[in-house]
Amino acid sequence: MGDAVATADVAEYALWLGDDALILAQQLGGWIARAPELEEDVALANIALDLLGHARSLLRYAGTSDGRTEDDLAYWRDEPQFRSAWLFEQPNGDFAQTIARQLAASVYQFELYSALQQSADETLAAIAAKAVKEVEYHRDHAVQWTLRLAGGTDESRARMTRAVGDVWPYVDELFRDEPLIDRLAGIAVRPSALRPGFDAVIDAVFAEAGLVVPDGFRSSGGGRRGQHFSSMGYLLAEMQVLARQHRGATW
Amino acid sequence: MTSPGVSPHETWPLWEVFVRASRGLSHVHAGSLHAPDAELALRNARDLYTRRGEGTSVWVVPSDAITTSDPDAKGAFFESPAGKNYRHASYYTASEGVPHL
Repeated sequence: MGDAVATADVAEYALWLGDDALILAQQLGGWIARAPELEEDVALANIALDLLGHARSLLRYAGTSDGRTEDDLAYWRDEPQFRSAWLFEQPNGDFAQTIARQLAASVYQFELYSALQQSADETLAAIAAKAVKEVEYHRDHAVQWTLRLAGGTDESRARMTRAVGDVWPYVDELFRDEPLIDRLAGIAVRPSALRPGFDAVIDAVFAEAGLVVPDGFRSSGGGRRGQHFSSMGYLLAEMQVLARQHRGATW
Repeated sequence: MTSPGVSPHETWPLWEVFVRASRGLSHVHAGSLHAPDAELALRNARDLYTRRGEGTSVWVVPSDAITTSDPDAKGAFFESPAGKNYRHASYYTASEGVPHL
């Protein structure tokens, strides 16, 4: 890794993946001190830290294309410059909604990073190789909780079913091929190619949990083009407030 | 373990965590945690006790499956054998012609 400089297209792709991880990390951080039990607090915080690590690597690499630092990219971009898909900015909701979002996100990221290890771009391949082992654990965590909530009490089952319904409209966007992907053949992973692997894992989990993939509204999304929900503004405000109030602040 | 919904503020049952630092060593008690079942106890143990590469193997045991000595009975349980020389077979003389003693 080290000194590699990303082209503009590779930097844009690194932003897609880095922003996904960054926004999800920020969301999971919202559970700290609010999770159902202390142990779950720690589990979600650990997952958030893993994702923050992935985001930092990807943003650092993206920044090499135009001389920006990972902090510049995390704290000094506004909503239209963020490239995260809509799934990741869906609200935490109750615990079931966070788990449903986490299930879709981690199954997608596992498929993505598994394939990205073969990227012709050595930096992206190295980041993927490190991330895939951590995401495998995130996936396991989400699967375990999906099974327990769906198979628990009437209340937990109702909430898990509702959560899957709330989250699933935003799954399709993850697998849409944007024009950028055509320009990065051999470097980027074609999103549509990840769909069969994603569906196979989800189908198996849902079959065991007695859940069904919701059939209904499918959002076209717009995160990769910088369109976001109004809630994204609040999320960024909280994430960026310290850096913007204390310019150049360091630990 | 109580059934879900039996009491308004029920907590998850307690588990004891044992971590083996490397092959060839025994599992050592690392601490305890709450978890709803054994599978999640194992995952919580991973998050709480092995995040810095401490372990190659983790055991979780329901705390109520462990029977412990009574701390108040320490004297009776762990009285030093000092002064109880009769416990040690040190007064016997080895018989002649018996090898390997």
